[in-house]
Amino acid sequence: MFNTHAHPQAKPRKLKDFSEGSRTVRTITMILSVLGGIALWTLLSMLPGVGSILAGPQDIIEKALPELLNDGATGEFERMLLLKHIYWSSRRVLGGWAVAFLAAVPVAFLMGWYKTFRNVVDPWIQFFRTIPPIALIPMVILLMGTGEKAKITVIFVTSFLVMTVTVYQGVKNIDMTLVKAAYTFGLSDFSIFYRVVIPYSFPFILTAARLGVSTALTTLIAAEMTGTFYGLGSMIQTAQIYFRMDKVILGIICIGVIGFILDRLLLLAEKRLTRWQ
Amino acid sequence: MAQEPNAKIVINKVRKVFKGHDGKETVALNGVDLTIYENEFVCVVGPSGCGKTTLLNIIAGLENATEGEITLNGEKIIGPGNDRGVIFQQYALFPWLTVRKNIEFGLSTLMKKCVTTVRNEKTGQQEEKVTYRRYTKEEKHQLSDKYMKMVALTEFADSYPKELSGGMKQRVAIARGYAIAPQVLLMDEPFGALDAQTRAQLQEDLLKTWEQDKKTCFFITHDVEEAVLLASRVVIMSARPGRVKEIVPIDLPYPRNQATKLLPEFNEYKNRIWENVYQEYLEVKK
Repeated sequence: MFNTHAHPQAKPRKLKDFSEGSRTVRTITMILSVLGGIALWTLLSMLPGVGSILAGPQDIIEKALPELLNDGATGEFERMLLLKHIYWSSRRVLGGWAVAFLAAVPVAFLMGWYKTFRNVVDPWIQFFRTIPPIALIPMVILLMGTGEKAKITVIFVTSFLVMTVTVYQGVKNIDMTLVKAAYTFGLSDFSIFYRVVIPYSFPFILTAARLGVSTALTTLIAAEMTGTFYGLGSMIQTAQIYFRMDKVILGIICIGVIGFILDRLLLLAEKRLTRWQ
Repeated sequence: MAQEPNAKIVINKVRKVFKGHDGKETVALNGVDLTIYENEFVCVVGPSGCGKTTLLNIIAGLENATEGEITLNGEKIIGPGNDRGVIFQQYALFPWLTVRKNIEFGLSTLMKKCVTTVRNEKTGQQEEKVTYRRYTKEEKHQLSDKYMKMVALTEFADSYPKELSGGMKQRVAIARGYAIAPQVLLMDEPFGALDAQTRAQLQEDLLKTWEQDKKTCFFITHDVEEAVLLASRVVIMSARPGRVKEIVPIDLPYPRNQATKLLPEFNEYKNRIWENVYQEYLEVKK
């Protein structure tokens, strides 16, 4: 008999299950992951050497929270200080991000549509994109002082650059057949813009918005560390000076939660608005 | 007495040269002359790379001829416009719009002709006054209803393109092309990406639609059988550089359907054209 397999064959193996799996299993796994993480954190903070650096949940609940969320009755601590920190930080993030978003979308579209505009703007965007936001802070402070304007400007610049580049990718990738089809229907440039280019790049616009939010948060903390009284960044900075690690960790948790909530909101908008995909 | 047909599209000595990135020139079309008459169905066949699509793109205004010109109703074509409906092989449906909205897409730029009778103050006679206005939302809705019915997709009015099969997508594209009531329909291998059964079905659908509303059609295909089935005239193009090699009038009566393919005359046409195209294919291989 002939051996039909001249060479040893790779053993056939079952295809991995690439589906998302059941929703309940997914949710339970995620909840377990979060609880497990908190448990691990608690255990680590109970170790003698580690505990002094990594404040545990108990420290936060017993020390940081009463201090930062008190009614101001004793006069020792400012009233509801944590909420003020969160309010000012969110305000800066949302302000800088929103202005950046409104500016990034038209700039990206102009770059995609007009060669000259693209060639003029692109080298500058690429140049500034690689500069870490902290490096901009000294100049911004000199130009605009240490007030709100300076913070929002730094956030604006960094999230604007990230969002412009992302939206531009979408505009650049547009299916030319669709644009040509729109031309054969006699549409003007402006109509092609808002009836073809914008809907086509909508998924990119929403991805850009999400990237912009995370960039804005990162930049904000850097910006606040340069000096301000209210804000999560300055709260962490001050806590570090007094070695209050419970407050540092609380600040980190707050930033993470704010980022998570904003990201989920945008994800929800994305699911709603791009149902056709 | 048969009426002298009106020339709809006149292609006059059209030459197209492409320049590659290395500066090498490729002649895609080398002096194409062709007249397409009103209400006729012209199919263009030829070996791949003979410039069929380039010719369609120039008629559509999506590309410019290097030399020569094309006129539509005597006017020189300088760019794309909604007097020519284009149906692309890749459907080119807008994925974010439903079937209905896709069909209504081109109606926004369309002007509706309104004729009103007014009394002339000086002569006291009734006169017809022609005005143009945009379509209202209801009128667009009625039109999309009509054309969805034509391609039998009424129940999919609110579906998105991703939910449709390839054949259904192309039917939407055809309806969208018809909806703007163009002077001519330009179709670039519209059934090229479809399986044999869907293809046969769509050929019949297109024939039925065309027999109801005899639009001037310019249809590109590499399938000789499809060309003979649909066309009133088949244009055979030579291998690159493309020229018109032969024009074969198909004297088979409409209405036609898949049964037409069984007629002996059908096969004669098919074999004759196929042989001709095959010779060109051999030219390419050389």
